[in-house]
Amino acid sequence: MHGTRILDEADRLMTVCNSCRYCEGLCAVFPAMEMRRAFSDGDLNYLANLCHSCGACYVDCQFSPPHEFNVNVPKTLAVARAESYAAYAWPQALSGAFARNGLVISVIAALSMAAFILGFAALNDRSVLFGVHTGPGAFYRLMPHNAMAALFSAAFLYAILALVMSVRAFWRDIGTPIGGRADGGSIFQAIRDAGELRYLHGGGVGCYNEDDKPTDRRKLFHHLTFYGFLLCFAATSVATLYHYLLSREAPYPWWDLPVVLGTLGGIGLIVGPIGLFAAKMRRDPALLDENRYGMDVGFIAMLFLTGFTGIALLVLRETAAMGPLLALHLGAVFALFITMPYGKFVHGIYRFVALVRYAQERRSEAGS
Amino acid sequence: MYIFVYKSTQRLPGLIGVMGGRMSLTSSHRADRMSSKYDVLVIGGGNAALCAAISARRGGASVLVLEGAPKFYRGGNTRHTRNMRCAHDAATEILTGPYTEEEFWQDLLLVTGGQTDEDLARHMIRESKDILNWIVEQGVRWQPSLGGTLSLGRTNSFFLGGGRAMLNALYLTAERLGVDVEYDAEVTDIVIEDGMFLAARLKRPIKGETEIRATSLVAAAGGFEANIEWLKQYWGEAADNFLIRGTPYNRGSILKMLLDKGVQEVGDPTQCHAVAIDARAPKFDGGIITRHDSVVFGIVVNKHSQRFYDEGEDIWPKRYAIWGRLVAAQPDQIAHIIFDSTVVTRFMPTLFPPIAGQTVAELAGKLELDPAALEKTITEFNAAVRPGTFDHTILDDCVTEGITPPKTHWARKIETPPYLAYPVRPGITFTYLGTRVTKEARMLMADGKPSANMFAAGEIMAGNVLGKGYAAGMGMTIGSVFGRIAGREAAKHARN
Repeated sequence: MHGTRILDEADRLMTVCNSCRYCEGLCAVFPAMEMRRAFSDGDLNYLANLCHSCGACYVDCQFSPPHEFNVNVPKTLAVARAESYAAYAWPQALSGAFARNGLVISVIAALSMAAFILGFAALNDRSVLFGVHTGPGAFYRLMPHNAMAALFSAAFLYAILALVMSVRAFWRDIGTPIGGRADGGSIFQAIRDAGELRYLHGGGVGCYNEDDKPTDRRKLFHHLTFYGFLLCFAATSVATLYHYLLSREAPYPWWDLPVVLGTLGGIGLIVGPIGLFAAKMRRDPALLDENRYGMDVGFIAMLFLTGFTGIALLVLRETAAMGPLLALHLGAVFALFITMPYGKFVHGIYRFVALVRYAQERRSEAGS
Repeated sequence: MYIFVYKSTQRLPGLIGVMGGRMSLTSSHRADRMSSKYDVLVIGGGNAALCAAISARRGGASVLVLEGAPKFYRGGNTRHTRNMRCAHDAATEILTGPYTEEEFWQDLLLVTGGQTDEDLARHMIRESKDILNWIVEQGVRWQPSLGGTLSLGRTNSFFLGGGRAMLNALYLTAERLGVDVEYDAEVTDIVIEDGMFLAARLKRPIKGETEIRATSLVAAAGGFEANIEWLKQYWGEAADNFLIRGTPYNRGSILKMLLDKGVQEVGDPTQCHAVAIDARAPKFDGGIITRHDSVVFGIVVNKHSQRFYDEGEDIWPKRYAIWGRLVAAQPDQIAHIIFDSTVVTRFMPTLFPPIAGQTVAELAGKLELDPAALEKTITEFNAAVRPGTFDHTILDDCVTEGITPPKTHWARKIETPPYLAYPVRPGITFTYLGTRVTKEARMLMADGKPSANMFAAGEIMAGNVLGKGYAAGMGMTIGSVFGRIAGREAAKHARN
């Protein structure tokens, strides 16, 4: 017996699947399963986070519902995965944030944006807030650069700390020896597997969405979202370097690197989340963990909001709308940062860690 | 009149070449066609049926597939398969070495003990070489042999995702090509005159029609393994204790109609492929996961705690298929594989956990066996075990002496608790009785004349090639090879 009902069900399914093994060529979950004959809580959380929810094993399974064996691996692992986010959350006192995640994320986002607007209004004269500012340092007339850097660094560092603590707990739980480190080769393999979404591919034909006809739509939109996010992050990083190393202050001209990166990333963060949301709306409910709908949509909405306010700021930065838009954009980004350890963002972190573990297991199996 | 459906928006390799320039209709004509006549009617919905439907469609025919099962259970035994045995002259991406036509033939000769039609079998083996590529063109994907099946890595190509994945691919392709498919479409009668198929009657009307006419018929509706009443004709009341490994829809009704209406039969009606599966498995459709690979690691006793056959006669892949019949011959058709905790990780993990007891008597109690009798059997067995070097991958020298039946390999004392057991019953996979066919997959009538327009493929005609015995993956070879041929020939007939 396991800690939770969903882990009991996951254990039952892995026992069924381990005596069949027809799906072992589809993804990483089943080969990882075959390396075990019994499954601890940590093993099941590892397998749950290794699953990309492509749906192929459900469509291909001769024992999926309505068969009495009732094998639904994608849905069961989706529920187990979501519960694992709460189980590994740091500090544990905040794990409840995963229970009503959609609500938590919306409230924090709303409060964060409201705080920035109120702060801008309280600390700036009305003529400054709604003024037209151009040229280097335009943004910092509304909020001093050092204040902005301090606030966002603090939020970001907190998110990193919370994520590191969570990953430590997960890494220990999934069967690595205490103090065991990931080797460079396994990390590199996991970067490749995550970077190309190798296992979000339905065993090669694309993942399964609304029915038994595979497509690559979710993969495409996930790529747009993920690489959009990375480009935006790169834009911010480059801008920070410009500021401190070259003493060049934002805003930058449209052709300059931070703006080019941010624009491309922002477009990805608008198109990608819309596509992912549309795909989610159409997805076969049999494959979904419907209780985590709020968490999924909340994260998609946060990414969209970040991209959308960012692009709006770029387009309207030389108008009177710049002040309020900057407040909204900073509010969205701040909310995104502080909710990172307590929302769907963590799926990428745990899945990456699971892929590292999987690469490690494959290497040690090949070596033995 | 010939009706062709070709959706020009879909790019399909091969189709354009075959059908280029022909008239095209859209699916809006489907309703009309229901009440008119199809070129080719395929009865059945598994590998053979779909290969026939696709092949007939690519040959330019209008095609209707009638699958008697609901959509989830479509495909009969195909949904539980995982590989296909095809000849090939060189290693491929997924096959570790060549498997020549001659070697395939020798293997077939061996497993059937010569009970095969050499001409037909050699023809099938020759055609199987091209099936490796053809089936991929229909959307099926291969993968290397699954873990635990390395002995098949050279000869058998495995379906990525298993048999249901293979079926899904074939259905997708068939539907894209414009093949019409109906589920829950049980055929109640087939109208045949002078060896000529005219129409099939339906239990449930489809688009208001209870009779489907077609120029050619492909019967690919499997055997009768799920028809307990029919099995009882040969097995008596024992058949009530059989478990059926596939769906409850493999009732053999089409086979029976054809034989009743003058098609020549082939194959031993009393023969079926049966393995020992877990007694706790569901009555139907337990599939592959109820099997047991542990016989060679222990002993097998019946309800009287008596051993009845040499558990170590030969390596498991060569012996697993006899144990269904052996258990069927025991009282109440029940037996128990008994082993101890030292061997439990030597075989594939099982769906149902072993039943365990700290003592032999405790185990016997849980199995509802007489404790004294089981203790006596195990004590005598242990005393008969001679020293040897255990190696389950070869025919080792661990034998018993002085007991009947002996255990001639892998005999080791059962003495380390917990004592473990799997209860087993006969699990029926498929039957051998079928319709006789020619190399064109054309049915022969009882008078020896070939039918003008009736073809058969798959398990319903497997008895032509397999008089008895079995080698892994051959059912799918028979299905794909003769399905493709039957579809092609049925389309050719319809277009002439």
